[in-house]
Amino acid sequence: MMIEQLLDQEQESIVDVEKLSVTFGSQEVLKDITLRIPPGQTLALLGESGCGKTVLMKSIIGLVKPTVGTIEFDGENINQLTERQLSRMRLRYGFIFQNAALFDSMTIGQNVAFPLRQHGRFSDNQIREMVLSRLSEVGLPDSVVFKKPAELSGGMRKRVGLARALIMNPELIMYDEPTTGLDPIMSDVINELILRTRSRNPVTSIVVTHDMHTARKVADRVVMLIPRQRLDPGENQVIFDGSVKELESCRDRRVQQFVNGEAGERLMEMRANGHDQ
Amino acid sequence: MYPWGAPQYRRARRLCTNFMSIVAPNNSKPRLAARITGWFTEWVSDWGELVISSCIALGDFCLFILSTFRWMFSRFPKGETLWPNFYQVGVSSLPVVALTGTFIGVVLALQSSSQLGHYGLTNQLGGVINLTLVRELGPVLAATMLAGRVGSAMAAELGTMRVTEQIDALSAMGADPIHYLVVPRFLACLLFIPTLTIMADFMGVAGGYFYSNIWLNIDQHYYWTNSAKFVNNFDLFTGILKSLFFGSAISLISCYQGFNCKPGAEGVGKAATSSFVFAFIVILILDLSLGLSLKALYESWYPGGTY
Repeated sequence: MMIEQLLDQEQESIVDVEKLSVTFGSQEVLKDITLRIPPGQTLALLGESGCGKTVLMKSIIGLVKPTVGTIEFDGENINQLTERQLSRMRLRYGFIFQNAALFDSMTIGQNVAFPLRQHGRFSDNQIREMVLSRLSEVGLPDSVVFKKPAELSGGMRKRVGLARALIMNPELIMYDEPTTGLDPIMSDVINELILRTRSRNPVTSIVVTHDMHTARKVADRVVMLIPRQRLDPGENQVIFDGSVKELESCRDRRVQQFVNGEAGERLMEMRANGHDQ
Repeated sequence: MYPWGAPQYRRARRLCTNFMSIVAPNNSKPRLAARITGWFTEWVSDWGELVISSCIALGDFCLFILSTFRWMFSRFPKGETLWPNFYQVGVSSLPVVALTGTFIGVVLALQSSSQLGHYGLTNQLGGVINLTLVRELGPVLAATMLAGRVGSAMAAELGTMRVTEQIDALSAMGADPIHYLVVPRFLACLLFIPTLTIMADFMGVAGGYFYSNIWLNIDQHYYWTNSAKFVNNFDLFTGILKSLFFGSAISLISCYQGFNCKPGAEGVGKAATSSFVFAFIVILILDLSLGLSLKALYESWYPGGTY
C-alpha cells in the first residue's frame, strides 16, 4: 500500500528535481537536492539568506543551469530542451521576482501585457480587458495602467509583478520572497492574494520565503534548506520536509531557531567562520 | 566578466610583499633560492590565470556574438523594440556628432594650413583636410563619440536590467533577452553609426571649408578642385566600411558588458566604463587592421595608383 502510494506520487509530480547540484565558480551552493512537487501543492521553501533557495527556484525555471542532476517539469527534462522549446515551456510558469523586476522603460499596462504580446495572438481590446481584470484582481485601480514602475510603491509593484505572472494562466507559480520589505498589512495582502490565486485556478506554487507568517498561512508543505557551510558531514541540505504542523514540532535545533527567529549561537559561528554564510 | 581587473591588482600586491620579504626578511629565513623559485612559480601561475580567464572571456564574447547573429537571422525583432533604439542611436546623437564633425574640420584646417603654408602649398589644403576627414578622422572620432554616448548608455541600461533581474524576467516570460534587447541595439548601431559618420564627414567638410575660405582666404576654386582630385569614391567607401565595423563593435561590446554586469551601483558603473574603454581599444585596432587591408585591396585593384 505504502509503496503504491509512493509510486503514485512519483508519477503525479509536476516538478521533479533529481540530485541537483549547482556550483558557481568554486562555491557550491546546492548539493544533492531531490524534490518532487505534486500538482496543486503550495510548497514553502524556507531557509536563511544565502542557503540557495532562489538558486533552486531559478534552476527549476531554467535560468540557472544545474552542474549535476536533472530537473523535470511535467515529465520533460528542461535542460535538454532547445531555447525555443524552453521559451514555450516557460509560458506555463509564472515567476514573481523579489523586487518585482518590472521593466522600467514600460508603463504598468505594457508590463502586464508583455507576456500576451510576446506569445499570444490577442487583439488590442482583448489585451486591454485582460490587463485591467488582472490588475483589479490584485487590487490595483485602472489609473495605474499609464504609470511607470518608478511611480509605484513597493507593495504595488509586487502586485503588478503578480498580475504579470498570472496573465498567461500559468500552471506553476513561483514567488521569490513575496513579502520581503513590505509592511505587515501589505505582507498579508500578498499572502491573501497567493491563497486567492490558488483557490481560483488549480495551480502549483512554490513560495521562497523567510517569513514564517507567510509559510504558516499559505503552505501545504514546507521544505527547509540550510547553507552548505552549516551542514554536518554526510547530511543532506534539505533538513526538513513536511507540513507546517510538523515544522512547529520539529526537534532539530536549526529548524527551531528558524521558526522562532532566534539567533542562538549563529553569531559566534559566523565570527568563527569569518563570513556570514 | 572582468578578468583584467582583480588578478592584476592581486599580483601587484603579492609582488610587493614578495619583494619586501626578500629585501628585508623579518623572520627565520628559508633559503633565498627557494624563495625566488616560489616567487617565480607564483608569477607564472598568475600569468597563466590571466591568460586562461582572458580566453574564457573572449570565447564567451564570441558565443554572445554568434547567438546575436543567430537570432537576427532567425526572427527579425518587432518594430516596438526597434524604433526606440533607432531614435536613441540615430536621432539623439545627431547634435553631438554634428558638433564633433564641425570641430574636426575646423581644427584640421587650422593645423594643416600652417604646416602647408611653410611649403607654399595652401592651395592643396582642401585635399588634405577632406581626405583625412573622410578616410580616417570622421569615422574614428564619430565612433569614439558614439561609443561614449550610445555605448556607455547601453551598457548602463542593460547592466541595470541585469542587476534588477529584468533580464531574468524576460527569460522567465519566454522572451529571449538577446533577441529582445541585443539584436535591436545591434541593428540600430549597424545602421545609424555609418549614417552619423556621413553626417560628421559632411559637417567636417563644411567646417573646414568655411574656416579655409573665410578665415584663411584660400581661393575656393583651388580648394574644391584639389579636394576633388584627392578624394575619390574609394576613400568614402573606406570610411563608411570602417564605421560599419565600429558600429557593430560598439553595440556588441556594450551589450556584452551590460549583460555580464556585476551586482550593485559599482557593477553598473564599471560596465559603463569598461564598455567605453574596450570599445575604444577595439575601434583603434579595427582602424589599423582595416586600414592595412584596405590599402592592400586598393593596391591590388589599381596596381599603379597611390592609396
